[in-house]
Amino acid sequence: MKAYLMFRDRDFDPKAPLPANTADLIHDLELNTLFNAMALGDKFLLDVTKSAVLLSCEDIDTIRYRQEVLKDCIAHPAVIREIYQIPIEAIERKHRGWLGIFTHSPSGVLHSAVEMMSMFIILLRKLKKIADENVASFQSEGFTRFFTMIQRELDDEYFNTVEYHLKQLKFRDGVLISAELGKGNEGSNYALRLPNEKNKNWLKDVFSKKSLVYSFAISERDDAGARALSDLKDIGIKSAAIALAEATEHIENFLNMLRNELAFYVGCINLKEQLEQIGNPVTFPVPYEVNERRHTFQGLYDVSLALTMKQSIVGNDINADAKNLAIITGANQGGKSTFLRSIGLAQLMMQAGMFVPAREFSANMCRGIFTHYRRKEDASMKSGNLDEELGRMSGIVDQIKPDSLMLFNESFAATNEREGSEIARQITSALLDRNIKVFFVTHMYEFARIFYEKQMQDIIFLRAERKTGGRRTFKLAVGEPLPTSYGEDVFRSIFRNNKESTQVNDMQNQKT
Amino acid sequence: MTFPGLLYPTDIESTFFERDEVPDFFVDLNLDQVVDAITGQKQEYNLTPLFYAPLREIEAIQYRQEIFKDLQNEKTLKAIKAFAEKMVLVRRYLNMISKLYYKYHQEGWFLEAAVIYCEAVQTLTQDLQGASIKSKGLVNFLAYITEYTGSPDFIKLQADSLERKADLAAIQYSIIIKDNWVRVRKYESEIDYSKEVERTFEKFKQGEVKNYRIDLVVSSGMNHVEAQILECVAKLFPAAFRELDAYYSQHLGFMDQVILTFDRQIQFYVSYLDFIGTLKEKGYEFCFPAMTQNKSIHARETFDIALANKRFYESAPVVCNDFYVEGDERILVVSGPNQGGKTTFARMFGQLHFLASLGCPIPGKEATLFLYDRIFTHFEKEEDIRNLRGKLQDDLVRIHNILDTATSNSIIIMNEIFSSTTLKDAVFLSKEIIQRIIDLDALCVCVTFIDELSTLGTQTVSMVSTVVPENPTQRTFKIIRMLADGLSYALCIAEKHRLTYHSIKERILQ
Repeated sequence: MKAYLMFRDRDFDPKAPLPANTADLIHDLELNTLFNAMALGDKFLLDVTKSAVLLSCEDIDTIRYRQEVLKDCIAHPAVIREIYQIPIEAIERKHRGWLGIFTHSPSGVLHSAVEMMSMFIILLRKLKKIADENVASFQSEGFTRFFTMIQRELDDEYFNTVEYHLKQLKFRDGVLISAELGKGNEGSNYALRLPNEKNKNWLKDVFSKKSLVYSFAISERDDAGARALSDLKDIGIKSAAIALAEATEHIENFLNMLRNELAFYVGCINLKEQLEQIGNPVTFPVPYEVNERRHTFQGLYDVSLALTMKQSIVGNDINADAKNLAIITGANQGGKSTFLRSIGLAQLMMQAGMFVPAREFSANMCRGIFTHYRRKEDASMKSGNLDEELGRMSGIVDQIKPDSLMLFNESFAATNEREGSEIARQITSALLDRNIKVFFVTHMYEFARIFYEKQMQDIIFLRAERKTGGRRTFKLAVGEPLPTSYGEDVFRSIFRNNKESTQVNDMQNQKT
Repeated sequence: MTFPGLLYPTDIESTFFERDEVPDFFVDLNLDQVVDAITGQKQEYNLTPLFYAPLREIEAIQYRQEIFKDLQNEKTLKAIKAFAEKMVLVRRYLNMISKLYYKYHQEGWFLEAAVIYCEAVQTLTQDLQGASIKSKGLVNFLAYITEYTGSPDFIKLQADSLERKADLAAIQYSIIIKDNWVRVRKYESEIDYSKEVERTFEKFKQGEVKNYRIDLVVSSGMNHVEAQILECVAKLFPAAFRELDAYYSQHLGFMDQVILTFDRQIQFYVSYLDFIGTLKEKGYEFCFPAMTQNKSIHARETFDIALANKRFYESAPVVCNDFYVEGDERILVVSGPNQGGKTTFARMFGQLHFLASLGCPIPGKEATLFLYDRIFTHFEKEEDIRNLRGKLQDDLVRIHNILDTATSNSIIIMNEIFSSTTLKDAVFLSKEIIQRIIDLDALCVCVTFIDELSTLGTQTVSMVSTVVPENPTQRTFKIIRMLADGLSYALCIAEKHRLTYHSIKERILQ
């Protein structure tokens, strides 16, 4: 029995190792804001959604599979949360009833396993009931398969068989063990047997006569004898105890798996509900193969920013299909970083099978998402920082593959512009030659200019727009790089009470 | 028929080839490490006394060398090892019986021991008959064991054992435990319930789960409950147990004394071959030395066996060395840079002679060695911090004793004597000692820092530890016959302390 709600044909492993650049992604894309919104304070949801988002899929088939399942979830949130409660209830009952296998003696293991199994059977019956009631109203392949499997595997006859065994394994009529004489005439090959009179399939031999039996009893005061007897019983029931204990663990694993896989969808429901509340749209993205170059969207916004500001956000509309490189220049605090983040977040969400924060969105899949941001804390112009940056870049180069997505934010600027531009140029050119899609936010005019003058078809230049008076729209538009990035504006907004600078501002406005 | 044993060609007192005291020179030559490594895994045979007793006759040494040569045949050695493993079990079972309480339990293990014993002896006989053995020792033993396995006693023991074993193994019974009652009856084809349980829950399988640690006290003993069950089984199957009783009383003491002797003595060979076998796998070579009673000896590409064993897990092999002594030559004076392998060379010389006198194959490609009467060693204990005069006195007393006891057929190995006295004293004393050894006409290796010793006469040979010419700090560990010039030694020390011309210039900046 498998849940298979994340993959068509395999389990989802939330403990799988995350990409090596996970810490950078979380930091640079502010993923924790997203994860917290999905988890709503639940530690378990947090862990699973984090894994699900960071363990990007590369194949479109899986993305579509999840998108369908997620659509079912969004249509029936109450049912999903009800199923999600079943594994949680199992955990709670286990804790409340002190269930679990803590001993190492076979009879102890068997006793605990019988109790655990009895508890699981109640929950499995519940799951069966939900399946019966909902199988017709769910559309996705994933849920249809899941519900049908539950109905098929857990029919009434099966529940009856299990309950018969659970009763039998209490051995009210004693334990029957077969044996042979091994070395030194010591008993060996002990095996637990089902007495013939309890075996439904056993045909009673009409000629069988009462068999010869020798017996003896252990005296009440004979502690050593009692111990020996229980040891012997333990040898006999050992295999059955292990089998049942393993079965309980398998069921527990099944329930845990169900919990893992549903947790992701519950997280998605949570996120959708919050975004709807603050008036931000979401859409299911249209994925393209990794070797295509697509990136077209309407109203793409930074989901982390929306969740932080708790208000609706104007997104960007860009058509960057057939582009390999986007160079984003323009005003400081003009929305460049926000845009870059929205690109990374949307890509991650799409490749997790989620909806994306936009009105429309299509993009090619990529084999990995990498971020290289200039770290604010070491923004000083020391050469040690360039060393640190290049060290990180070298780490990325160790991992990155063709058809990945690389996001640079003000990288390699920890030196003078000419050197920084040359380093950036060499790195970017090499990445492009390796078919890596690059988004590069920079204020290094020299770097942008080099590429702009090449007039290549697969490069798009975006600029943070600037309205008169220095007010920013936080919207990007296609536009060639300009030799200044309006640092003055920022300076002025901070020193706005300063009379002199206000005058300069006025003069500049007159010029434009 | 009689069988003299594998260690000596004639029937003789065992004190000739077994000794309890560790020889004096063992620690100096690191032979204690070697013998520990050889016998460590084989404590139950008590083999160390065999490795403490060198032989004095060439004929006896050859008797052992021949057996070693037979055992170089992979198949023969394997057959003997298989036999030994079975004999270990036989002894273990028989020893155990005396500690058991219940009759059928004792008889059961007795039967087990006898079955394995018969199998061991039978298989060994067949294997040895099929092997091409040439040594007098093994040929004699094969004749003995062939006669033994054909004897009516052995044939009956084997037949009876197998029959009893088959009878008992066929018994199947069932135990029903309810509360403190135990019922025992014959097995009635009831189905395996564990499998049934497994099958029922199979559908939940989700990959691997943890291994349930189940603590079961499965001792090979028998408690009184198991004994009572066994009694019930005996009542259910009376014929099989009646036969067992009769078998037990008839075959008590079934082991043959000669087989037991063989089992121990062959381990002298097996343990040594196992030991050098692992060294051979690393590329070390071993050979059978020719033994001589005159003092022209030599060895090619030989090495310190203790060092090779100690460095087993290091990738670089131990360096091999050659030596020869001919004509009037008696004393190898070894000098040269420290840590250059001088002491190792001296030890090796002693080890080779000792191992050869045990009849064992020795490290090296080819060798002729001297049939000595005794080995004497004098190794300075570096960590000794007693005052100088006391130490010097002590040294001289020991050397005096050696020179008093040694004969012209002895081997004397001296390592860095007098190194802690003044140079003048050391030169004087050493020359005096060497002169006495020359007069004694004994074979000697003398490791020293005093070059002059190597040119005392036609009896002394100079050997020097060498360095790589381009890099004097790097040792080759080759000890070569050449004149000692004292130069490379001084240079090395200078290099080691970075006090050469270039080093000093580099260290003192302008």
